[in-house]
Amino acid sequence: MQVSPSIKLTENDIMKIRNDFPLLSQKVHGKPLIYLDNASSSQKPKQVIDAISNYYLNEHSNVHRGVHYLSSAATEKYEAVREKIRKFLNAASSCEIIFTKGTTDSINLVASSFGKKFIQKNDEIIISEMEHHSNIVPWQMICDERGAKIRVIPINDNGEILMDEFNNLLNEKTKIVAVSHISNTLGTINPVKEIIYLSHKRNIPVLIDGAQAIPHLKVDVKELDADFYCFSSHKAYGPTGVGVLFGKEKWLNEMPPYQGGGDMIKSVTFEKTIYNELPQKFEAGTPPIAGVVGLGAAIDYINNIGFDFILERENELLEYATKKLLNIKGLKIYGNSKNKGAAISFLLDGIHPYDVGVILDQLGIAVRTGHHCTQPLMERFRIAGTVRASFAFYNTREEIDQLVSGLEKAKKLLGN
Amino acid sequence: MSIEEIQNEIIEEFSMFDCGEDSGDSWTAKYEHLIEMAKELPAMDEKFKTEENIVRGCQSRVWLHAYQEKGNLKFLADSDALVTKGLVALMVRVLSDHKPSDISKAELFFIEKIGLREHLSPTRSNGLLAMIKQMKLYGLAFHQKQMD
Repeated sequence: MQVSPSIKLTENDIMKIRNDFPLLSQKVHGKPLIYLDNASSSQKPKQVIDAISNYYLNEHSNVHRGVHYLSSAATEKYEAVREKIRKFLNAASSCEIIFTKGTTDSINLVASSFGKKFIQKNDEIIISEMEHHSNIVPWQMICDERGAKIRVIPINDNGEILMDEFNNLLNEKTKIVAVSHISNTLGTINPVKEIIYLSHKRNIPVLIDGAQAIPHLKVDVKELDADFYCFSSHKAYGPTGVGVLFGKEKWLNEMPPYQGGGDMIKSVTFEKTIYNELPQKFEAGTPPIAGVVGLGAAIDYINNIGFDFILERENELLEYATKKLLNIKGLKIYGNSKNKGAAISFLLDGIHPYDVGVILDQLGIAVRTGHHCTQPLMERFRIAGTVRASFAFYNTREEIDQLVSGLEKAKKLLGN
Repeated sequence: MSIEEIQNEIIEEFSMFDCGEDSGDSWTAKYEHLIEMAKELPAMDEKFKTEENIVRGCQSRVWLHAYQEKGNLKFLADSDALVTKGLVALMVRVLSDHKPSDISKAELFFIEKIGLREHLSPTRSNGLLAMIKQMKLYGLAFHQKQMD
C-alpha cells in the first residue's frame, strides 16, 4: 500500500501493510506467528514475490549478451534497478553501484581488491568492537596475506563507540576504516558521518557496513561522503542472494577485479585480458538477475511507504518494547545507546538465551538467540549470547505484549 | 533394561502429555518434564568440564565424559542450557551403562516419538546431535579396545 508521510497512521493502516506480507498470517505450533527476527532477515511483500515470479514467467533471459528481444529487455530491467539504487543511495553515478551476493560478499570484495592494491606490510585497518564477523574476518584474511594489522575501536558499557579512542587510533599507517552503520546485536546507530569526517581529514577511506541501516533509515552516501557502503537485499524486504556495494568511482577504478569470468572482460586472449569498465569489472559471471529485479521491487515498496513513516513507526515500537521489557524483573538490556535502531538484545537473569528462544518458539514467537555473529562483542560484555528481538514497521504493540507474556512464561518454566 | 526398553519407557512417560496437536498446553507440560529432568541430572564434576570433553554447539554447549565400569560404558554429561540439558539427561538415561557395542549400534527412535525431533536438527546447533555422534563413537572405540 502507498502511505503519505504526512498522514498519521492508524492500527488499521498497519493491518493493510501486514496484508502485503503473506507469510505474516502463518501459524507456528498452532499459534499466530509473531516475527521478531527482522534484523536477521525481513519478510517479503507480495509486490516483491510477484516481481520475481513475473520475471521468470515472462521476462527471463541472460543479460548483457544477447541481441534478441528478451535479453535486451532483461538487461534494461537489470540496469534500471542499478539506476534505482543509485538514486536510493544518492550516489553520483550508477557505475558506482555493484551487485554482489550480499553485504558479506561486498565487504570481501573491498577487503580483497582494495587490500591487494593499497595494503602493505605493517599497515593498519581500523574496525570497531561491535562489528559482525563479516566485517572482521575479511579484514583479518587480507591482513594475514599482506602482513598488516587490525586495530579495534573500543565501546562503552552502553554500546557506543568511544570517539576519542577512535581519533587516537588514526595514524599514517591506517589504510582503511570499516564500521557498521547500525550494530546488529546492540542496535546502536554509530556516528558514521563523524567517523568519515575524521578519517578523511587524514585522507583515509571508510567502508560502512549498512546491512542493518538500509531497511530502517534514509542513507545518502553523498551526504555521508562514504567511500564504500554495503548492504543486503534480504534484510530490506528483498530476496536473498543479492546485495549491493557502493564504491566511489575513484577507488573502484584503482582496485583490481575481485573475480574473473564472463561479463567482467573487454577482451580475452591467452596472453592478456583487458578488463571491462565499471560496474561490470566487478560483476563476473551471470548475475542474480531475478534477485536484482526483486530488490528493485523492494526499493519501490520502501519508497512508497517512506522513511518518515518507517522511522516514526519503528521508534515507537522500540520505545514501547524497551519500556515493557524493562518491567520484567531480572531482565537486562544490552545496548543502551541514545541513538538506537529497532533491535533489543537482552538476557533474563540466570537463564540461557537458547532456553528462552525454545520456549518463545513454542508460543509462535520468532526471536534470535546466541552470539549474533559478534563473538568479540559478547566477550566485551562477558556473556555467551543474548536474546534479540528486532522489529520492522509491520510489527504491532500487541505482538510486543505477546513477547512480554512469553518471557514471563519462560521465566516461570526455566527459573530456579 | 535394554536400550530399546528404556526408550519405550520414556515414550510411555511422555505419552501422558500428548493430548493431540495444538491442544492447549500439552507442550508446556512436556517442557516442564524435560526441565525437571535437567534439574535432576546429577551435577557434573567441574574437573570433567574440560576443553577436551566439550561438544561444541553454536547455541549451547554440552560436556560429555565417558568411562568404563565392569565392561559397560558409562556417560556423565551436562549442558549450559536447561532444555538441552534435559535432552542430555534423556540420552544419558538411554545410553549410559550398556555394552559399548550395543551403544554404537543403538537406534534412537524415542526423540522423534516424544515429539522433540526439532531439537536434533543440525540448524539448532545446540550440540545435541554432535553429542549423540560422540557417544556412539565412544561405543565403537571402547568396543574395538575390548576386541584388541
